Amino acid sequence: MNENVLTLQGVHTHIGAYHILHGVDLAVPRGKLTMLLGRNGAGKTTTLRTIMGLWRASRGKIEFNGQDVTALPTPQIASMNVAYVPENMGIFADLTVKENMLLAARGARTAQQMDSQRLQWIFKLFPPVEKFWNHPAGKLSGGQKQMLAVSRAIIEPRELLLIDEPSKGLAPAIINNMIDAFAQLKASGVTILLVEQNINFAKRLGDSVAVMDNGIVVHAGSMKQLAEDEELQHSLLGLAL
Amino acid sequence: MSLLATQDLTIRFGGHVAVNGVTCAFQPGTLTAIVGPNGAGKTTYFNLISGQLKATAGQVTLDGHDLSGLSASQRTRAGLGRAFQLTNLFPRLTVLENVRLAVQAARGGAHRRGLNLWSIWSDHEGLTLRAHEILEAVAMAPKQEEVVANLPHGDQRKLEVALLMALQPGVFMFDEPTAGMNAAEAPVILDLIRNLKADKSKTILLVEHKMDVVRELADRIIVLHNGTLVADGDPATVIASPIVQEAYLGIAPKEAA
Repeated sequence: MNENVLTLQGVHTHIGAYHILHGVDLAVPRGKLTMLLGRNGAGKTTTLRTIMGLWRASRGKIEFNGQDVTALPTPQIASMNVAYVPENMGIFADLTVKENMLLAARGARTAQQMDSQRLQWIFKLFPPVEKFWNHPAGKLSGGQKQMLAVSRAIIEPRELLLIDEPSKGLAPAIINNMIDAFAQLKASGVTILLVEQNINFAKRLGDSVAVMDNGIVVHAGSMKQLAEDEELQHSLLGLAL
Repeated sequence: MSLLATQDLTIRFGGHVAVNGVTCAFQPGTLTAIVGPNGAGKTTYFNLISGQLKATAGQVTLDGHDLSGLSASQRTRAGLGRAFQLTNLFPRLTVLENVRLAVQAARGGAHRRGLNLWSIWSDHEGLTLRAHEILEAVAMAPKQEEVVANLPHGDQRKLEVALLMALQPGVFMFDEPTAGMNAAEAPVILDLIRNLKADKSKTILLVEHKMDVVRELADRIIVLHNGTLVADGDPATVIASPIVQEAYLGIAPKEAA
């Protein structure tokens, strides 16, 4: 098995007339949580979307478990056990919370067939998912939709999770639950690539870190090293962690 | 002056009471933070005040005038300013064009003066100047020629605040204004809110989950829980209260030894 679940080599992405990614090099180590940091507009979300095939890389190579996935369609990438939580959450508003979960739990056709232990775990992490189980997901509040989006990604065991700002709009108690959940997932061997502005998240969970600016990765290393080096934090992020 | 108040404000969705009899007054010169668990009714309360939703019962008043019968746009003209979550930007126009339109609207557009093309043209320079000032204030001047649809999320949020400033309302309503911004970018918005606070005539309401922001900016905190107002007071007292510690921050009560 490769040491890295996912690697990007010199990945370029164009969106319409705009050249967004300018040769992204990134290695995501197996069983670790990698934080993707950087200011607004640095290319973090575009990187996740390009990995999922939602934007097509115009140059470069993306490998998942050693297999070239650069040109694969999104459903095929997802079927390789990759889950993606987009920034806009992608909730099906007219479906119930249960139906949203069922779509994500590919092995189950009814709620009874879902892994009940895993479901109970999710209910405990995010109580509104249970409370509004039979309600249309469109009626949930912004933060509750975010909980549902993450719940969908973790209802089945996945090899790789790509998550775009999971803590956005969440009450502090729920953020703590989420940090615990990711720590548990990591302990079970899941690899996580996380875009997150919440510095607490980064410090408590990050093993490795990649910092992006202007469409490239400008720094890659361990979170510990970055957390200890204030000068580096200032030069890369313009702030102290 | 802009004294905003809600009286027994209530909305039901079917059997669910999302906001339940909230009575509260907001004084000029005061920043009130509204906190509570996800789904507590914070955004719905904002929607009832700004007129996006029609209350099942109760009243919203501004300086004693009942706004209950007014539409959202009429309430905006009456002085209620709200930063929406990205819904009131024109995605295909540039940053500068968006702000200029807001400045124009605030000065009284064609609907007030008749369609006088000469006055619109002769104002152009003044409008642009004011739009520039606002963009400088939110640190968006370098991006003024960019099309809004291409901006990253955090910049779109800054632009929303710029539009709100252009309207010069008496009441400012912010719903998580720094969501999607990193710790280096958020201070621009927080400084702006601080400046608004310094102008003692403005009434400011802030929905915010980041407790460091709340601690720093709020003069007062109210807590919503299941649609009901459950706590109201100065920040230190409210943050220390059991309902905030347990239901919101998730800190377990200390067990008796």
